[in-house]
Amino acid sequence: MKLVEKYPLGSVLVLLPLWIALYAVLQQVADALVLATGLPQGERLTEAVRFFIYEVPKVLMLLTLVVFVVGIVRSYFSPERTRAMLGGKSLFTGNVLASLLGIVTPFCSCSAVPLFIGFVETGIPLGVTFSFLIAAPMINEIAVVLLWGLFGWQTAFLYVGTGLVIAITAGFVIGKLKVERFVEDWVYEIHSDNPGMEEAVPVFRDRIQSGYSAVGDIVGKVWPYLLVGIGVGAGIHGYVPENFMAGLMGKSAWWSVPVAVLIGVPLYSNAAGIIPIVQALLAKGASLGTALAFMMSVIGLSLPETIILRKVLKLPLIFIFVGVVAVGIIIVGYLFNIIY
Amino acid sequence: MTIKILGPGCMNCQTLYRRTEEALNELHIEATIEKVEAYPEIAAYGIMRTPGLVIDEKVVVAGFVPPVEKLKEILLAYRSPQ
Repeated sequence: MKLVEKYPLGSVLVLLPLWIALYAVLQQVADALVLATGLPQGERLTEAVRFFIYEVPKVLMLLTLVVFVVGIVRSYFSPERTRAMLGGKSLFTGNVLASLLGIVTPFCSCSAVPLFIGFVETGIPLGVTFSFLIAAPMINEIAVVLLWGLFGWQTAFLYVGTGLVIAITAGFVIGKLKVERFVEDWVYEIHSDNPGMEEAVPVFRDRIQSGYSAVGDIVGKVWPYLLVGIGVGAGIHGYVPENFMAGLMGKSAWWSVPVAVLIGVPLYSNAAGIIPIVQALLAKGASLGTALAFMMSVIGLSLPETIILRKVLKLPLIFIFVGVVAVGIIIVGYLFNIIY
Repeated sequence: MTIKILGPGCMNCQTLYRRTEEALNELHIEATIEKVEAYPEIAAYGIMRTPGLVIDEKVVVAGFVPPVEKLKEILLAYRSPQ
């Protein structure tokens, strides 16, 4: 680690080819390992084990690379700068911009309240603020990368596109509903006269450094979710019969989209945990729209975040927020089931 | 000097508190550390990310938890003249 800190750029030039080489031989290594265990070929347990042994390093490697790149990209953005860019934008333009910025601005749901206050305080419309708050968790870099790695770039783009549409429209609708009275009164009374933090302009070296620390932070935090997610995925892969999900989560089951969203909203997992499960469900005949709806509701709407937001939003606005986003996700789910 | 840790009690805020204590100990600096957990108070400091570190009412860190070594540098840079 010391060496990496000392030579950020040099270490990237060494580590990146290593990453590529390792990734290229992963399948062979996993197959060899499964063979070495002496498990009978084609058995359920063997298939579950193979899924686990191959997916864990693969997903971890993808995650590390993406988090590193995103860490660098994010060092160019900050909530303060995003707020400055959103100032004075009209409703629709503001919604579009806020949703786009929601993807790249560093955001953690634990900061949702100070961020909300910071936006409201400078007069950014509520609808625009909500577009940001919806896009930021839902279009999550981990989700995008994993989708890209496991299903291909089309699905990843689809996910980003639909996430943006939901964030823009939901924010726009909330803006039109005139819900200002449902924000806790004390929020409007805050006028911070503290200048906040003056930001040092980082040099490129520092940005690479922030890529590395993002890897340490995020990968260090999500790997247990990932193991559990891939474990459950491996179980589904080996033990759930082919097409079992077709009846439950397939196209023919019209009720499956709203049910998936209803189950997904109270569930909370980060993208790293949920995507391997979604992958396994899809392999067993679940339809794409239903699976996407499930995933979006798990990642984008979470109970902990709504509880945090309750500090600044009165109950009716909490329900409006969850309701509008949930309806958006359901529409997207149906749309995908019709298209695919 | 007076140090304040801004944050609603999340994991990062606790880590920042612990590391700040550690950095102060290693530097043998005397300071009072206060936790500021109420959102209105946190927001009054003008930060949009938690956790925050405030030294003598000046925000010096917002939105991330620096390692102990970095915290030492920050503490030394902003320590009040004695």
